[in-house]
Amino acid sequence: MENARMNPPMRRRTPAALVGAEPGPAHTIDFDGRPVPALPGQSIAAALWADGVLAWRTTRVGGRPRGAFCGIGACFDCLAVVDGRPNQRTCLVPAEPGTVVTTQEGNGRADLAV
Amino acid sequence: MSAASGPAERGGYDLAVIGAGPAGLAAAVAAADLGLRCALLDAGPRTGGQYYRHPAPGLGATRPDRLHHGWSVYTGLADRLAAHRRTGRVDLLGGHQVWALERPADTGWAVHATLGPAADERATVRAAAVLLATGAYERQLPFPGWTLPGVVTAGGAQAMLKAGLVLPGRRIVVAGSGPLLLAAASSLVTAGAEVPEVVEATGYLGYARRPDVLAAVPAKLVEGAGHGAALLRHGVRLRRRSAVVEAHGTDRVTAVTVARLDADWRPVPGTERRIACDALAVGHGLLPQIELATELGAATRTTPDGAVALAVDARLRTTLPGLWAAGETCGVGGADLAIAEGELAAHAVAGAPAPTALLRRRARLRAFAELMAAAHRPGPGWTGWLRPDTDVCRCEEVPVARITEAVEELGAGDARTVKLLTRAGMGWCQGRMCGPAVACLSGAGESRADSRPLSCPVPLSQLAAGPPAS
Repeated sequence: MENARMNPPMRRRTPAALVGAEPGPAHTIDFDGRPVPALPGQSIAAALWADGVLAWRTTRVGGRPRGAFCGIGACFDCLAVVDGRPNQRTCLVPAEPGTVVTTQEGNGRADLAV
Repeated sequence: MSAASGPAERGGYDLAVIGAGPAGLAAAVAAADLGLRCALLDAGPRTGGQYYRHPAPGLGATRPDRLHHGWSVYTGLADRLAAHRRTGRVDLLGGHQVWALERPADTGWAVHATLGPAADERATVRAAAVLLATGAYERQLPFPGWTLPGVVTAGGAQAMLKAGLVLPGRRIVVAGSGPLLLAAASSLVTAGAEVPEVVEATGYLGYARRPDVLAAVPAKLVEGAGHGAALLRHGVRLRRRSAVVEAHGTDRVTAVTVARLDADWRPVPGTERRIACDALAVGHGLLPQIELATELGAATRTTPDGAVALAVDARLRTTLPGLWAAGETCGVGGADLAIAEGELAAHAVAGAPAPTALLRRRARLRAFAELMAAAHRPGPGWTGWLRPDTDVCRCEEVPVARITEAVEELGAGDARTVKLLTRAGMGWCQGRMCGPAVACLSGAGESRADSRPLSCPVPLSQLAAGPPAS
């Protein structure tokens, strides 16, 4: 209205606004049983960061939380179980519609225990 | 193609270029211009490497240039590449993670790669010559709390921003050493993050030692000034001769402690300040990624920042016949130098004379790279911010105390012995994150060239598939 015309809404600075992104429609991945939105082309790690999630793995020795560190596939800290496959580097794996991501505990092969 | 039917094979190339970043792109298009038939391999799905990393097409970025310096240089190279792909002069092989080079006969090279992020298929590319343009990854020095979620590498923060348009937090401290910090901080603030401080361990005085070298690279000074202006505009404070000596938090970072450093990077007691933040982007320069060549015995040199790079001659030849290198693999120096070296290497592979202007350009930029490396060389006092329980090896969770024990009580005198006694460097990343720190703590001084028989994890099923059908 009048007020809006005089004071156009401040556009919040965001990465998407910076590059003038006009992404395709968001889809959904499943993270530990809950839906997380993802934009087309985002990696799993990027979709989780965008949702405010920074950790999706616990370490083998100390059970400490870890997530993406190097972002380029060199450090292997962002491993997760993706569609049932453990030890996937989520900073490299694209988030596809319906991708199921599970927090990886320890060596990621707990299901092999007898 | 399944493993049972054997790996895919392509051949008949004059040149295989490994890495489609600035050096590899420039090399492939220049070689194709000179009449060579090239394969251009990259682990990622798109060209550009880490420097020109850009949003996936689905994100519909209409202004990707706003996250880049010199974007038109990239689009120029990409256009030339597209033209050469149309004529079949260059095959772009995206999603190919090269894990080994092999020279089975005098007739040429076999380049072995896995396909896709899950590495469940395999391919072999045969070429008469190979050019290594695999770039670099970041050098990390550990500090208490550096394994907390929210602590990310400076390059990683930038990579995730450029490719996925995401930030690790709203208030991000940027710390470490080297020009990447200014570029990363500048990207982060323009993308909406608050960056309270950039914490740089050196005092920048190292650059002043060679005004002649600086004067020869005006574009570098303009680039630096551009980042500085962006930081000023957003109220980012640049803190020199300081370091983040601890990250605080339980399940994620909530604050960092910054301390002043002396000339050797030793924290000065009593200077600690705490800064609240929800992310920390940290890095201490870049390390050439050269294991594909060192595994075959290529000679290396130590750069002024203590990193190990491939030794090359004026025509970018490594010491192995038929193997060339360009860009960061020859010593970290940035995209402009990488492009010049890629073009020079292409001329050499094609047997064409080197353009004089290109030789001069490379010499100027290489001199700047050496000056930059010397200015940001980590000081030996950085170990002063470690505590006995600080994890050094992130993968195997090996703390300082275990490494100290290996050195002082078990007699280890080098990184290799420390690795065998403690498992530091034996985990998933194969020492890429902890290598420099372990070498320093083992008292061995300079890092050695990395030696890794496979440059990335390869499923046993791929190795068991045997040699490609010929």
